[in-house]
Amino acid sequence: MAGAAALAAALVLSACGAKTDAGGTSDKAAKADTSGDTVKVGLLNSLSGTMAISEVTVRDSLKLAIEEINASGGVLGKKIQPISEDGASDWPTFAEKASKLIKEDRVAATFGCWTSASRKAVKPVFEKNKSLLFYPVQYEGLEESPYIFYTGATTNQQIIPALDYLKSQGKKKIYLVGSDYVFPRTANKEIRAYAKANGMKVLGEDYAPLGSTEFSTIANKVKASKADAVFNTLNGDSNVAFFKEYKSAGLTATSMPVVSVSIAEEEVKSIGSQYLAGQLTAWNYYQTTAGAANTKFVKAYKAKYGQSKPTSDPMEAAYTSVYLWKAMVEKAKSFDPEKVKAASDGITFDAPEGKVTVDGASQHIYKTARIGKIGTDGLIKQVWDSGKPIKPDPFLKGYSWASGLS
Amino acid sequence: MTVILGQTFTGISIGAVLLLIALGLSLTFGQMNVINMAHGEFIMAGAYTTYVLQKSITSAGLSMLVALPVAFLVSGALGALLEWLLIRRLYLRPLDTLLVTWGVSLMLQQLARDIFGAPNVQTRAPDVLTGHITVLGGDDPLTFANSRLFILGLAIAAVVALSLTLRLTPLGRRIRAVVQNRDLAEVSGISTGRVDRTAFFIGSGLAGVAGVALTLVGPIGPTMGTNVIIDAFLVIVVGGIGQLKGSVIVAFVLGVLQSVLEYSTTVSVAKVLVLVAIVAFLQWRPQGLYTLRTRSLV
Repeated sequence: MAGAAALAAALVLSACGAKTDAGGTSDKAAKADTSGDTVKVGLLNSLSGTMAISEVTVRDSLKLAIEEINASGGVLGKKIQPISEDGASDWPTFAEKASKLIKEDRVAATFGCWTSASRKAVKPVFEKNKSLLFYPVQYEGLEESPYIFYTGATTNQQIIPALDYLKSQGKKKIYLVGSDYVFPRTANKEIRAYAKANGMKVLGEDYAPLGSTEFSTIANKVKASKADAVFNTLNGDSNVAFFKEYKSAGLTATSMPVVSVSIAEEEVKSIGSQYLAGQLTAWNYYQTTAGAANTKFVKAYKAKYGQSKPTSDPMEAAYTSVYLWKAMVEKAKSFDPEKVKAASDGITFDAPEGKVTVDGASQHIYKTARIGKIGTDGLIKQVWDSGKPIKPDPFLKGYSWASGLS
Repeated sequence: MTVILGQTFTGISIGAVLLLIALGLSLTFGQMNVINMAHGEFIMAGAYTTYVLQKSITSAGLSMLVALPVAFLVSGALGALLEWLLIRRLYLRPLDTLLVTWGVSLMLQQLARDIFGAPNVQTRAPDVLTGHITVLGGDDPLTFANSRLFILGLAIAAVVALSLTLRLTPLGRRIRAVVQNRDLAEVSGISTGRVDRTAFFIGSGLAGVAGVALTLVGPIGPTMGTNVIIDAFLVIVVGGIGQLKGSVIVAFVLGVLQSVLEYSTTVSVAKVLVLVAIVAFLQWRPQGLYTLRTRSLV
């Protein structure tokens, strides 16, 4: 049985590959290095692993914003120098790289992270070192950090509008499918509370490990439930396997629509619009969103990265976050995180998604909610919007049914 | 009723995937006692072959048909190369093959990342495989996904082909002779080196075929091999090392077990329960389901 013993050894070996937290202990907070005529900022995204499908585009979009700002003179007369790190879809790696960016590269601010798990992993690192993170992706809410600016949607700017939309369409019975980690589990808790208060029924709730590609049983369960709609909080390329299986099981956008909160244009393109046509998404921005700022953004992005590359909500939020940081720094006349934070309230930017405003108290931004339908061309067409930017409410204080959540 | 039948089919289809990924390994690990940690990367090579072919052949159906033999050859050639470069120096040292092939697997992953980029990619499935057939009509129709039926057919075809090769062909006889007694085979005039390489070629080639099948289920990426390699070893070890019959039975039993447990609990709980069942089974039969007692290598 040497074979079995060797196998056990292999398992131990591969477990050693996982690194432990490297938040580290810092004697004094590392100050950003702004002595020269450049200022460094960190870009922290998964460039490999299961999340790379989504996060590489965010990095590209951040680079575009930095280039544009540099071309127009930089920030406080300094050119921005991006330092890009790969979080490798592995949360301890994110913490390690965040620490490296702050302490070794001495960046003035960091932009990035996608999954809530990676954000939760780096949060203590940014807090301990008193350095700023700009987080560009929609998330489950119920969080505030003095050193994080949330430029993606919080719950009341995405998930609740999506539920309102389903309700208005008469979808009373829903099924929840998600990846097994922070965001889907918290989001589904909120969805259950909403459903209870709004006369909707949750028929089932299933999770697959992040990166999982075996969805035949979940598809069978969803099908047997005879729900009106599916609320999908799967992340990364599990969506590929899920939608392939969904179609194979004979389920369609007409028979049982799926509303997704993590599938944007880039993901649609790689999953294949033949699997997704007619399905719904909830975001704040689509490539098709009308407006001069968006036309300019889409044009610049395609010119830099290729005509076939779509733009998406997290990319837009990332792009916007760099401009918001620039505006804050200029208002504060300093790169010092404390002064930048103090200057943040009321900062506005004419973003591709429309005008956004920073809410200094919660460090989230006012955003317009939009529900879209995926077309056969892979683009998403808006079918509903909230009309005006919604004030961020990360702790859902404005909803009585949410009082028990935390 | 429909649910039970549907779940049984799902279980069988999961079993077919397990069988396909484990089949080549049952030859290289089971018969030759090489712990090939790079087996998963040969599966990945097969999947990327499908992806590359699809870029030049526009018809998805045709490119899939072409991909099956080409992936077999590509992965087989990679396997034969690995055998010739490294493994032939390490026969009878299974622990060393583990370390060496693990290193190779990391290198192959990095190579894939450099060639195809870090983000995962997808292929288009042929239209005929994206649909499903309705077995029982009515209010609650029982449907079988065409892609799953195709994978099942592929698994059965691969098992039959491998078992016929081992039983009936001169090559199969030589492989079995080398496995049972290398020295005696050598003095009988069998070129053991060539037999080893051919066996490795076939085992790795089967991994390539599994890779083609996996493109129907999920995304293609540099780490897809590591996701399946443990399942493949589980099937081989529980089935009894060197026993094709054991691997076949265990793959389907684990598939059905997984799907039934998953239906009644959750994905994670089902995985835990399956592993507990395996541990319990190995306590009872440490040698696996079937064993060949008279083998010289174990």
